[in-house]
Amino acid sequence: MVNGGVNGGVISHGARDVVAEVVDPEMPMLTLDDLGVVRSVEETADGVVVTITPTYSGCPAIEVMRDDIRAGLTAAGYARVEVRTVFAPAWSTDWISEAGRRKLAEAGIAPPGRAPVRAAGPIPLSLGAPSTQVRCPRCGAPSTEEFSHFGPTACTALRRCPSCAEPFEHMKEI
Amino acid sequence: MNEHVHELEHDATNAYQSLSETTEHDDPRWAFGSGFADGLGLGEAEITAPVPEGVDPADLAAYCQMLGDDALIYSQRLAEWVADAPELEEEVALANIALDLLGQARVLLSRAGHLLGGDEDSQAYLRVEHEFRNVALTEQSDDLDFARAIARLMIFSTWRLALLHRLLGSADPVIAAVAGKGVKELTYHRDYAARWTLRLGDGTAESHRRMQAALDWAWPYVEELFRTSDQERRLIAAGVAVDPADTREEFDAVLAQVVERATLTRPQVRPTGTIGGRSGRQGVHTERLGHLLAEMQSVARAHPGATW
Repeated sequence: MVNGGVNGGVISHGARDVVAEVVDPEMPMLTLDDLGVVRSVEETADGVVVTITPTYSGCPAIEVMRDDIRAGLTAAGYARVEVRTVFAPAWSTDWISEAGRRKLAEAGIAPPGRAPVRAAGPIPLSLGAPSTQVRCPRCGAPSTEEFSHFGPTACTALRRCPSCAEPFEHMKEI
Repeated sequence: MNEHVHELEHDATNAYQSLSETTEHDDPRWAFGSGFADGLGLGEAEITAPVPEGVDPADLAAYCQMLGDDALIYSQRLAEWVADAPELEEEVALANIALDLLGQARVLLSRAGHLLGGDEDSQAYLRVEHEFRNVALTEQSDDLDFARAIARLMIFSTWRLALLHRLLGSADPVIAAVAGKGVKELTYHRDYAARWTLRLGDGTAESHRRMQAALDWAWPYVEELFRTSDQERRLIAAGVAVDPADTREEFDAVLAQVVERATLTRPQVRPTGTIGGRSGRQGVHTERLGHLLAEMQSVARAHPGATW
């Protein structure tokens, strides 16, 4: 993760700490830092510039994150706050911190595995059944089944555990 | 810049204020998503990034509309499935796919709006039919036939993934950034469509019959996907666009693989024609687009500049 450094700006750890504590509106067990969406926090003579990246192109949470960051910094005494949204490089679940993965599991959401690394050339089609190697976050059974690749938020899939019979969400790898 | 600067009067006695972490939305049309262009950067490059050298801004704007309108219009069709899908999981899936495409459209139409003098909202809500540049496949109503929804998604996602994969290295930083995120999203969309094509095609006699009929329904619109417009031709030379004709081989290979595994037959149907050599990319559409736009734009047109 890039922590500041944009245009040679001075990093304020105070502002950085405030931004780090803002939570994801859809998965409030995670802070934005856990999620890995904070690219930089830069304090300039004019105020604070925060740069974040969305998880998915259309993720509506990004608007709420922007407002929550503004509100948090304003409440902390920063008068001028600008929140920029950047798309490149694209966010990857590999940017979720270890703490974030632990918090996801504790909240009953199976954390993502490593994002697939693709070789050059056309992206291969996968016609087989989805991977069964996602551990149940409730009972710990090593093998579970996916029943919907798209879950209640843009970043999760729905799975069920054959051992404890509970359904759960899995944050899918991108 | 000024609209992103925000002064909050903190009033500890205001119980309502402390109820929400989101204390206020400083963007007056937050729900429309305005203000996106100013706050949206792409690393060093932003929506306002300079037009790449040797590129006509009008061509670039038209190309952003082509890629953006495909995503926007198809997203609107997919959203029609909300509250109408055969199962909740499929509704959630189709809505998620629609949302991904809407996200891609917003960035591309912000770029087009910037180049033409406007924003994503004026692009989406204030253009009329002949100003849209989407391909005909995206504007058709599937009449809420699930097999048709799957057939169209199979075709569209295979084609768009092939396009965006080639656009990763586009000389336009905005298009390259959209491709970077879009490739990951479309890989999931295509896998979803392919699995359902297999399940329906290689399922019961009834599901097979309906999946084949759906493929036959969508197939006349396939040919248009590989026609190269004049703007694209000029932008290919500048390294901004890719030639859609170059995606044909990959498209055919993927579709052949899925169609065969699904025990279906590649349709032998006549493609839809052009009118004086013009089709979606030139603003010539089927009658279905007008109905879609009437609904999609109704609130924005009835309440111009509304805020809430």
